Amino acid sequence: MSAPDVEPFLRIEGVSKSFGTFQAVKNVNLSVSKGEIFALLGGSGCGKTTLLRMLAGFEEPTSGQIFLDGRDMANVPPWQRPVHMMFQSYALFPHMTVAANVGYGLKHEKSLSKEGRAARVAEMLDLVQLTQFAHRKPHQISGGQRQRVALARALARQPKLLLLDEPLAALDKKLREHTQFELMSIQERTGVTFIVVTHDQEEAMTLSDRIAVMDKGEVKQIGSPTEIYEFPQSKFVAGFIGSVNSFEARVISRDKGHLRLDVPALGGEILARDVAGAAEGQKVSLAVRPEKMRITKDRPDTPNAVAGHVKDLAYFGKDSLYRVILPGGLVQAHAVNARRGDEGAFMADWDDEVWVSFDPSSAIVLVD
Amino acid sequence: MSQSRFQRWFDLKGWSALLIGAPYIWLLVWFLLPFLIVVAMSVATNTPTAPPFSFGGEHPWVNWEPFSRVLTDGLYLRAFLTSVVNAFVAMIFCLLLGYPMALGLTRVSTNWRNILLMLVILPFWTSFLLRVYAWMGLMGKNSWFNGLLTDSWNFLVPMSWAMKSVPMMHTNFAVVLVMVYTYLPFMILPLYASLERLDPTLDEAAMDLGSRPYQVFWDVTLPQSIPGIVAGGMLVFIPAAGELVIPSLVGNAAQPMIGKIIQDEFGQARDWPMASAVAVALLILMVIPTMIYSHYQAKAERLK
Repeated sequence: MSAPDVEPFLRIEGVSKSFGTFQAVKNVNLSVSKGEIFALLGGSGCGKTTLLRMLAGFEEPTSGQIFLDGRDMANVPPWQRPVHMMFQSYALFPHMTVAANVGYGLKHEKSLSKEGRAARVAEMLDLVQLTQFAHRKPHQISGGQRQRVALARALARQPKLLLLDEPLAALDKKLREHTQFELMSIQERTGVTFIVVTHDQEEAMTLSDRIAVMDKGEVKQIGSPTEIYEFPQSKFVAGFIGSVNSFEARVISRDKGHLRLDVPALGGEILARDVAGAAEGQKVSLAVRPEKMRITKDRPDTPNAVAGHVKDLAYFGKDSLYRVILPGGLVQAHAVNARRGDEGAFMADWDDEVWVSFDPSSAIVLVD
Repeated sequence: MSQSRFQRWFDLKGWSALLIGAPYIWLLVWFLLPFLIVVAMSVATNTPTAPPFSFGGEHPWVNWEPFSRVLTDGLYLRAFLTSVVNAFVAMIFCLLLGYPMALGLTRVSTNWRNILLMLVILPFWTSFLLRVYAWMGLMGKNSWFNGLLTDSWNFLVPMSWAMKSVPMMHTNFAVVLVMVYTYLPFMILPLYASLERLDPTLDEAAMDLGSRPYQVFWDVTLPQSIPGIVAGGMLVFIPAAGELVIPSLVGNAAQPMIGKIIQDEFGQARDWPMASAVAVALLILMVIPTMIYSHYQAKAERLK
């Protein structure tokens, strides 16, 4: 992302927040570069919203510092921060028209003339394609339109940082997908740095350049969507992002960039990708994503293969989920139905005897 | 067959019709009918009979004289003016005092809120007359309260302005003061109800967009509480304008309010048609602003 010796655009340094005896945010360190879409991902109560409120200035950190564009944000009240927020409930002013809502923050821009303000409002309404609704009240437009008014209002003063609290949570599935791309394209056009708080992993994955996964007030892992998904560093991250088959394992040996593991649930030895911190004899966890599991009729030519039989099968159309009983337990395998229906193609069915296999590079070893 | 059909209708719709109908019947019997009697009386002729009015004689059907006197006789017009001014001033002071209190109620913890709401209603637990008499004691020439005010006044102004006591009793000031004290809860409660519904994230949103707390109040809180202000204002203004007891006890007898006039016409003067005409005029005066308000309120509701 940014060069290491350059001051990052937003730097959160050792920030903690306590409410009474409850520690909502514990020693968070984060850097965000200019123009990035950065997601704070976690379940409810993980501290992501508290962190966002500290960025907006509604809460003061108990300890630690926040620097935005080189400036210490301590004791800067919300109304003086170049940071605007799109609230989860949108928080549109019900007694004002759409245009008045969008223009509300502009009345504090003393350098702007009345015409300048009107022009900016028109520009913002155009950006979110709501020009013809300018004179409606918030209760006269749809949920998706309200979301866009909230976005336009937050962007109108050209903030350095835009905070989005669960921006898509209130929209239905169809609208979400559409809005996701719209948000990304608006971010690209305006160049504003976005911080998105979400509990929805798919939303975080598609929207953001980088993700911080949070749990119980702590940041568990920071990385690009691919890094977080393919190389999770803890059981929590592996389980929170997508689904995973998880097994108890013990390291037998370490050679040629591989780990040789003893996995009783898979009935013996397994080859896995090497990770830092794994020592011989150590107890670890092995995680394999269901879509990395292959199901075949005959034993495949790969080191990690176990025989079992299909207990359950859920057909979703474009793909299917299999639950296969192995000697040591149950695994889930997710397969795309690219060839189901083709003549001669093997498609496992209920109670079929099958082989389950996976590539050593898909086997994630978690040390914690 | 018809019996069972009625039975079926009653089971399906009868109960709800009864439930909805009950308050209307109540209002019809105990408000509308008596009011129509008063209206009828207001166009009757005053006669030395019992009851002291009759229809016929000089004005066979309708006697407009009481109404024309309401509109032309200075006594009634002055009384209306005194009532409206006193009630309006009391309403404004109730608003100025009650708004911060109602806003404060929404900003404290739930425990404190319940205690403070109790305190707002607490004065109702003692007799209204007792409370007015307490104020009479405080405002009287020889009270410690008046003495304190007099001393402070004499300390602050030149010698030539010095007073033996502050004239409070039997003034419009006393009427307004006691009315503000009495009607304050009627302002606070509807204001509290409307302020309590407001979404606190709207305040945060305004702050986030650059508004300081006082600007947030002007831009967001105040405009959204207008229905509460109007409701509280009407709940104070309407009874205050017709108030009888407070002006009789602490008011200036030379400037009677309209309630006193109605009482005198019904009682001492035994002129029931005149008293009824004043009462009807007062009602019309109160109903018009109420109707205008509910018209706009309904219009605003339809837009939602």
